[in-house]
Amino acid sequence: MSTVIPFGPQHPVLPEPLHLKLTVKDEIVTEALPTIGYVHRGLEWLAQKKDFHQMVQVVERVCGICSCIHAATYCQGIEEMMDIEVPRRAEFLRVIWSEMHRIHSHMLWLGLMADSFGLESLFMQCWKVREQVMDVMEATAGNRVIISVNQVGGVRRDLSDAQLSWIKDVLNNLEKEFLALKSTFGDDYTVRKRTVGVGMLKKSSAYDLGAAGPVLRGSGIAQDMRMTGYGAYKHLDFEPVVEDGCDSWSRTMVRFREVLQSIDLVRQAISRLPEGELTARVKGKPEGEVIVRTEQPRGEVMYYIKASGNKFLDRCRIRTPTFANVPPLLEMLPGADLANVPVIALSIDPCISCTER
Amino acid sequence: MATEIITIEKSALLDEVQTLKNKGYRLVTMSSVNFDERFDLLYHFDKELRMKNLRVSLPKGESMPSISGIYLAGFLIENEIKDGFGIDFTGLAIDFGGNLMLEDDVQKYPFCSVGVKKSAKVKKEDA
Amino acid sequence: MFKMTPNIVKNAVSKYATRLYPVEVREPFERVRGNLDIDIEKCIFCKKCSIKCPSGCITVDKDARKWEVDPYACVYCGICVDVCPTDCLFMHPEYRKPAPVKEPKTAVQPEK
Repeated sequence: MSTVIPFGPQHPVLPEPLHLKLTVKDEIVTEALPTIGYVHRGLEWLAQKKDFHQMVQVVERVCGICSCIHAATYCQGIEEMMDIEVPRRAEFLRVIWSEMHRIHSHMLWLGLMADSFGLESLFMQCWKVREQVMDVMEATAGNRVIISVNQVGGVRRDLSDAQLSWIKDVLNNLEKEFLALKSTFGDDYTVRKRTVGVGMLKKSSAYDLGAAGPVLRGSGIAQDMRMTGYGAYKHLDFEPVVEDGCDSWSRTMVRFREVLQSIDLVRQAISRLPEGELTARVKGKPEGEVIVRTEQPRGEVMYYIKASGNKFLDRCRIRTPTFANVPPLLEMLPGADLANVPVIALSIDPCISCTER
Repeated sequence: MATEIITIEKSALLDEVQTLKNKGYRLVTMSSVNFDERFDLLYHFDKELRMKNLRVSLPKGESMPSISGIYLAGFLIENEIKDGFGIDFTGLAIDFGGNLMLEDDVQKYPFCSVGVKKSAKVKKEDA
Repeated sequence: MFKMTPNIVKNAVSKYATRLYPVEVREPFERVRGNLDIDIEKCIFCKKCSIKCPSGCITVDKDARKWEVDPYACVYCGICVDVCPTDCLFMHPEYRKPAPVKEPKTAVQPEK
């Protein structure tokens, strides 16, 4: 006979509240039903109250971990609607800050994943390495987490040559300390026992259910929004990171290798940084509709912005990657052990404040 | 990337979506915009980094066929649109009944200043 | 099984990885967006900072020559500092300290 167990809104392994109603028979999960709505703040409705310059600050606060990329996507959409050309130096600076955000987000997730199967010191080691990235953000952009460097038309701050060479030193140190963790995540007996074969998502299901980001790339499909070449990515060499295992271990290794790839992208961007202005003049009001897609640490994010000539936008619709990854989670859960549910729920990188805005 | 949106009729929607699924497109999301006398529903699809978008105009008070029979992932988005705008979808795979994000005692749909009141739902609970 | 032993011994005998705050305090970086403050002598009460603020935490009263900010509603974005025409607003490099009661910060310009 089956029992219904709530995988509660409060759980030590989840960074944000998500409720799953699990129907369980003899410790094997047979069905799962999600409930969201615990952190709904109604941010899309604020588009009717704040003008399109102030919306940059609102959109940044949709998610704390990927905030710079939300703001960069929104600014890109408004600039495309109003035909503003962003100076090249500003595009490169945006890429540098976005890739630093990707590094810190993946390191945060690796720490949480280690905590979910009980390896607490590994969790602390990952976060200790991550502190160097937070120091870089505080010294160059002004704040640790929500950095507010993007504005419509360009960026607000510049990086001097002294700061650029300091960033390169920090990255060298970071790479050395991070590679020391590679043998633990890749080959350790405990890690492999808890993640290999757990949370299987077939390649065809991943594509049909609309998965995004490392969930899709961990199942063998090479799709990454940075391949379309928006912003300064068309001037940088870039290949998507793909693994074929379709289980939680593959997703972990995709994110691990993406950190190393991001370090390489920042080094390329610093070496190719052109001179120029920081921002372009913004005149007039936005009119029309535009769809923008970029790549966040968790997947592809899509913005649909509609305006009709006044300073308030008509509609600003945000589709975040975790929203697209919830149906694959419901596909992965049936057939799993009850004790593996935290590992599976964490392997899609849930960011529930993004999901509910 | 130029944004092109194709406008189609409500009756042609399900055939169009089935054709796109057979060609190998995946569903990105749906959006909805509120005007005074109608809603505009947009469907976004993607294949190999190129997007295709459809737009359907819906007068207020009518219901919409659900695409969760063809794309199962659509059920979450359609529930959220139902919470925010009050549009009814027929044939939803998993229906939360307007309770995905809102509580039972919320009187008005958040996005509509001139819109469908929640009277239909209250009547169903009285009966 | 003994792969972690050198690591354990090294961690046991080396010094702390964390800083012993509040005994030892780190120097703040320059240009960090900390507490907001005003040099009230230069203010012309044009209200531009109040209009552009995304969270609406600044109140300007021209008749009473008073400028007020709510440090608990401020999001520390720094837009007011960028748009002020007389450059009288600035941000300290330290963050605001905790307090038992939430009070706004006020500055009044004396009559010339």
